[in-house]
Amino acid sequence: MTISLFIEQILNGLQFGVMLFLMSAGLTLVFGVMGLINLAHGSFYMIGAFAAALFAELTGSFLIAMIASFVAALFAGALTELIIIRKIYKRDHLDQVLATFALILLFSEGIRWIFGAYPLYLDIPNSLSSSFNLPFEIIYSKYRMMIILVGIIIAIILYFLISKTLIGIRIKAGQNDREMIGALGVDVTKLYTIVFSLGAALAGLAGALIGAIQSVEVGMGEPVLILAFVVIVIGGIGSIKGAFVGALLVGITDTMGRFLLPSFFSYFFDNASATSIGSSIASMSIYILMATVLIFKPSGLYGVKK
Amino acid sequence: MSKNSILIVLLILIIGGGTYYYLEKQKKDDVVKVGMITTLSGGGSGLGIDVRDGFLLAVKDNKNIQVLVKDDQRKPDIAVQLADKMTQSDKVDVLTGIIWSNLAMAVVPAAVNQDIVYLSPNAGPSALAGKGCHKNYFNVAWQNDNLHEAAGGYANSAGYKNTFILAPNYPAGKDALTGYKRFFKGNLAGELYTKLGQKDYAAEIAQIRASGADSIFFFLPGGMGIGFMKQYAQSGIDLPVVGPAFSFDQGILKAVGDAALGVKNTSQWSKDLDNEANKKFVSEFKSTYGRLPSLYASQGYDTGMLLLSALRNSSISDKDGFRNALKVADFSSTRGKFKFASNQHPIQDIYVREVIKEGDILTNKIVSIGLKDRSNAYVDACSLK
Repeated sequence: MTISLFIEQILNGLQFGVMLFLMSAGLTLVFGVMGLINLAHGSFYMIGAFAAALFAELTGSFLIAMIASFVAALFAGALTELIIIRKIYKRDHLDQVLATFALILLFSEGIRWIFGAYPLYLDIPNSLSSSFNLPFEIIYSKYRMMIILVGIIIAIILYFLISKTLIGIRIKAGQNDREMIGALGVDVTKLYTIVFSLGAALAGLAGALIGAIQSVEVGMGEPVLILAFVVIVIGGIGSIKGAFVGALLVGITDTMGRFLLPSFFSYFFDNASATSIGSSIASMSIYILMATVLIFKPSGLYGVKK
Repeated sequence: MSKNSILIVLLILIIGGGTYYYLEKQKKDDVVKVGMITTLSGGGSGLGIDVRDGFLLAVKDNKNIQVLVKDDQRKPDIAVQLADKMTQSDKVDVLTGIIWSNLAMAVVPAAVNQDIVYLSPNAGPSALAGKGCHKNYFNVAWQNDNLHEAAGGYANSAGYKNTFILAPNYPAGKDALTGYKRFFKGNLAGELYTKLGQKDYAAEIAQIRASGADSIFFFLPGGMGIGFMKQYAQSGIDLPVVGPAFSFDQGILKAVGDAALGVKNTSQWSKDLDNEANKKFVSEFKSTYGRLPSLYASQGYDTGMLLLSALRNSSISDKDGFRNALKVADFSSTRGKFKFASNQHPIQDIYVREVIKEGDILTNKIVSIGLKDRSNAYVDACSLK
């Protein structure tokens, strides 16, 4: 194993991590502020990707496609919140799980009805399709580098939004005492709509960014949703900082596990069984990470003890 | 009107009605009920829809075949429920349609033991080809290993000496790498199992770059393959890629885009196969559904044609005769030559295709025959003769 391969894998882990962060930022706010378990968060990821594929086909511009993904998921989020989600805040978690699971089915079949059952085409722009040559003979894709940058920029913006602006202060206050900020004259329902749609929009953007290097198809959001839940549990529910740290931890653990474990086991077994055992354990690695974190910090790394 | 004439009219009515009823009942007995369980919603539904459309196209003119189509949502438990309902309350004679090997393993053994004939239009797990073969189980597509074996054979003839191979970590993925290694004579630069459903291959591609391989073989069906090919093209590595047709088929090529151009892939069928049955199939499929057929559609169509041929030469009420008629496979397949091995899996040519562009549309053309008259590795383990 060379040092350049190792560094390249760390970068891959970072890129995976920031993508998970975009997905889990909204999830953790919605869960933390409103106490809502939203299984349909993955659907906004899918909606973003399909909107991007549609607009990339219509306009040929990648930038417009990315903006479209953000806007489409923002609107889908706002509509869902206004029509359905706001009626279930007060219900218990089981009702919320059932209702948002129903939403997954509605969104998936709705998308399939409009776009058909076949994966859509969305590719990265030519200007980003080549690779950088970094020192130590590291070759790294420009597009993945851009995802890392976009993720970090959004993390910084969110940090300022939450800690320095009025709306951020209200969100935090809402997390601590919902009734009190209502009593102080803050329009809680409006605040909830904003938070929910912003989270959906970030998920949509993540779907579009990732859809361009993976595939745009029905049901693409659910596997990512599971990882996003792992991230927010590790980071502590409701904490943006926790989501960021948790996402990077999960991203790097998963990538390095997939990379290192099979070669580790090849010291003990023949090659075919080593890769098979190694990759089986690698797919458990993030859950082992989650369990370890929860043993020492039961409410997550940055979670508030209740 | 006299009493007598009233009696006569009544008599005529009774006899007439009775005859009519009898004839109708006769007709009903001739109706063959086919239960199709396939994936029509969610991820992977493109495959099921193609199999269904191909099958329905084949049987559309036959009024005696009644097809019941149900969606398994790619979930084994739902497939089992549907199969139970179809066999017990709908009383189907024939089951077909399942795409995924894990679903087939959940449904097929129970169904064939209840004397239901199962015609597989896609999944061909090795467990059903060897010891677990059954007189009621016919695979019309391929045994799972077949296309990968041809890929291994092709890699030899292309002169590859050091291949990096990868597949998802589940039974069909292991069958795939086993099949490839069965025929490939060179060295392995690396062997990797990825997580089923994984979409990001940055970590694997980095290892391919570092491995010093001279070629790559991968089996990543559906969305997994789309992600891999796009990321591979962006990585700037330009080693030749070989794979089974599943990642380069009509339903998927549009989403992969130009990254797939020139890739060699192995398939038992191709749109440009030069035989009458295939020409008819391709043009009818295009005019009926407005899209190009995929290999899954061809498998669905061949399944339908096989069923029709067996019904022409036998009756469904005579199960032994029906099975024999199926086994003879007296139909003109879209693949040209087609016959069954003793374990009731196809003996057929596996072709090497190349992804090309016809105008704006990405599609495949045949470049050579990968394996001629290929049967499968499990024939001897099966007790059927």
